[in-house]
Amino acid sequence: MATTLTLLHDGRSDEIAVADPARPAIPAGALEETLGWDLQPEGLCQGPMCIPVDQSALVREDGLDLGVLAGALQRPLVTDEKHTVASLGASHHERGEALASLDAPDFTLPDLDGNLHSLGDQRGKKVLLVAYASW
Amino acid sequence: MPDLYGMINVPTVVWIDEEGRIARPNDASFASNRFKLLTGLDSRRHLRRLRVWVRGDAPALTPSEVRAHQDLPTAADQEARAEFTLAWWLSRKGHPDDAERHYVRASELAPHDITIRRGSMRTRGLNPMGLAFLKIAVKSALTRTPLYRPLKDSP
Repeated sequence: MATTLTLLHDGRSDEIAVADPARPAIPAGALEETLGWDLQPEGLCQGPMCIPVDQSALVREDGLDLGVLAGALQRPLVTDEKHTVASLGASHHERGEALASLDAPDFTLPDLDGNLHSLGDQRGKKVLLVAYASW
Repeated sequence: MPDLYGMINVPTVVWIDEEGRIARPNDASFASNRFKLLTGLDSRRHLRRLRVWVRGDAPALTPSEVRAHQDLPTAADQEARAEFTLAWWLSRKGHPDDAERHYVRASELAPHDITIRRGSMRTRGLNPMGLAFLKIAVKSALTRTPLYRPLKDSP
């Protein structure tokens, strides 16, 4: 009997029907929409870039093994079986490469009135980015 | 933002130039000396450099200097953030006891990440301005692991 897994990733959450919550699998057809990757004979592909993957381990009857998928993408996956929720973090390689490129990662945040502002909107000006917290 | 920029405490300040490039990476600096006694951080150091850069009197850092100062996230850092995200979700869904073990695991994976340790305190029923934080601060001092990590480029 299928149950619903909540997958937390990239600042959003998706509900995915899974057969085995202890070994969650994502439907192959949902891979691109959910994580932006496509399974090709070459491996996991995003545009012209492909990552080799052991497809015999990845592809199961009920979908693509989420643990194998996370490993191939070098993303940490942590789960809570009791509540059928999983958190797929960002790859440290990806984060590190982005920061080492020195291109400031873009983001969008609301101001106090709810209006959205992106870092990219400030192009052409010097920006002092200050992260603070009232805890 | 802590995840995107590898921030592990606040305040964290980043300078970004007109081209959207990081001109000075994560630095710990307050806007005033209000907390100098507690943190040891003298804001004048950063503000002086900032004024010079904004006025165009001197460049910030060279790209190689920026990279040399960067402390890039590790696999454990990113796993800790994934645990924190999961714990936060469980807390918001009304499962504080189940969230707790994920908060603990996140703290074990990245004990230096104050955004996780102090940032989770309110949802865990702890006072981020009280004893729980004081314990972290004392341990940090005893182990010489700084809570605040200003760039080491001051004259």
